[in-house]
Amino acid sequence: MDWSALAVSLKLALWTAAILAPIGIIVGRVLAWRAFRGRTLVEALLALPLVLPATVLGYYMLAATGADSPVRAVTDSLLRKPLVFTFAGLLVASVVVNLPFAIQPMQRAFEAISMDVRDAAKCCGMRPWSIFTRIEFPLAWRGIASALVLTFAHTLAEFGVVLMVGGNIAGETRTASLAIYDRVQAFDDRAAGTMAATLLFTSLAAIIAVYVIRARPHVRR
Amino acid sequence: MADHALDVRVAQDSPAPLRAAFTCDAGRVLALVGPAGSGKTRLLRCIAGLDRPQRGHIVCRGGTWLDTNQRISLPAQARRVGLVFQNYALFPHLSAEDNVMAAMTEVAPAERVRRARALLARVHLAGLNRRLPGDLSSAQRQRVAVARALARDPQVLLLDEPFAAVDRMARRTLHVELAEMRRHLDMPVVLATDDLDEAAMLADEICILHRGRTLQQGRPLHVMSRPASMQVARLVGVRNVHAARVVAHEAEFTIIDWEGTRLDAKGAPQFDVGKRIAWALPSDGVIVHRRDRPSRSEHENPLKGSVAQFLPLGAQAELVIHVNGRSEMALRTSMPLHVAARNRIAAGEEVGVSLLASSVHLMPWQEAGDGAATGRDHESTVPHPASSRTR
Repeated sequence: MDWSALAVSLKLALWTAAILAPIGIIVGRVLAWRAFRGRTLVEALLALPLVLPATVLGYYMLAATGADSPVRAVTDSLLRKPLVFTFAGLLVASVVVNLPFAIQPMQRAFEAISMDVRDAAKCCGMRPWSIFTRIEFPLAWRGIASALVLTFAHTLAEFGVVLMVGGNIAGETRTASLAIYDRVQAFDDRAAGTMAATLLFTSLAAIIAVYVIRARPHVRR
Repeated sequence: MADHALDVRVAQDSPAPLRAAFTCDAGRVLALVGPAGSGKTRLLRCIAGLDRPQRGHIVCRGGTWLDTNQRISLPAQARRVGLVFQNYALFPHLSAEDNVMAAMTEVAPAERVRRARALLARVHLAGLNRRLPGDLSSAQRQRVAVARALARDPQVLLLDEPFAAVDRMARRTLHVELAEMRRHLDMPVVLATDDLDEAAMLADEICILHRGRTLQQGRPLHVMSRPASMQVARLVGVRNVHAARVVAHEAEFTIIDWEGTRLDAKGAPQFDVGKRIAWALPSDGVIVHRRDRPSRSEHENPLKGSVAQFLPLGAQAELVIHVNGRSEMALRTSMPLHVAARNRIAAGEEVGVSLLASSVHLMPWQEAGDGAATGRDHESTVPHPASSRTR
């Protein structure tokens, strides 16, 4: 059992979920309620990681952070080291790959709040932040939470983009899914089986959590 | 210009046209009456500050909430409005009590529970304060919505078809409760409804709205018996509307020519002799004569006709009578079935009818077409409601 790989996976999943929480809430809320030019294109771009092979995304990330890339100049000056083959680079890739897993459920959760309910809050004299904290968030938190659990679980399962961008460096970018692959290649079935079972139960627990969270107690059955 | 507790004049061209003007005094109920899509909800939303019209002026209790000329538009939070939404829009995750307390943003926290419970008791929901909206009946949810609307001590109470989602029995109870409650309200109350009977029952005044335009405001019975235009007559369900020509004015009566038949109508000297006009008569203005006692009275416009249609509807019969046997001179009325039976009134029978001159109401003639201008309504500007107000 490669504990450091599991630790990298958990760290990556937690950071990805943490970064995508505010992004998902803001973008999901905007997409739920606002009409603007180019909205369809934005939604399509955000959904792209669902259908795009992770290797394609990884390739473009590598290309964007190549030696002559202006992106690399910026990231190098900010991080004082290259983005590729580092945990930070892995995290950026993971956030991009998980955008639809975070945003879409949150968007659906906000869409489920009727305009009348939000308008009623205004007529009650509530200010925007108060409307968010007292009305919108309590009504949407199940969708937000399930989005984050899905993001967490999906990050644990990510393989292609991790391999492309992370480079499989032990203790830095080698995640559990890569470690399983390595163990299988090395005919270490016992270690591979243990890690595979760990990921299996973690993912199953996450999916069960999503279903439990989504039960809505204030809806009359 | 008289000061009214609520003075509304709004106009916009898109997305849906809106040209509305009306007033409401404190302690009075004004019903905005119009069919679905006539703009009732949009008007209430404009008053509440949820929608902003392109042009307009809304003054409530001396405070300007909207003045597009001065670029004043207070947000909904700054207008003290109690709005009962058509679907109530209760916060589904909050109990009845918490829903009501949510509107008490300016009340000290310690005071909120006591006031919320008092309001819930006032709408007959004492004991149900911890229930979630999903655990309440539709009528109970409506009461919570009313309590929440009142919780902010509003300067105006807006009710958007508050009875549409409840069954008939509950509706009757809620009508009585609203009628009782309004006696203790000192703010203007604006009720949006498509039910004219409901409006006549609950409101001091009604304002007829059609395709975003207010057509006439006045006391319910007055608007229904003295519509300002043919369009209003149709909207308030006046079934006898015909074309005629003014023949003469005599004392308090105006003589008109209806398809060659002379009729006395309530005096309308504003119409010149020879002018084409429309006359309207509510169905209860058509008196079907008893067989043994035909009318001989002056100004009752006695006429002869044949019953072209006799349709029993419950205990009533709906009649279409062709005066002088002519289909273009059709009069519509209704009468109790037992009265019809006693007087041997049935399809094909000859009958005598009187049209009460005092009920024959004259209006400007308007060519067919719903969008035609109506007497004193709002074509290019939004006039003060006094210009279309009737008493």
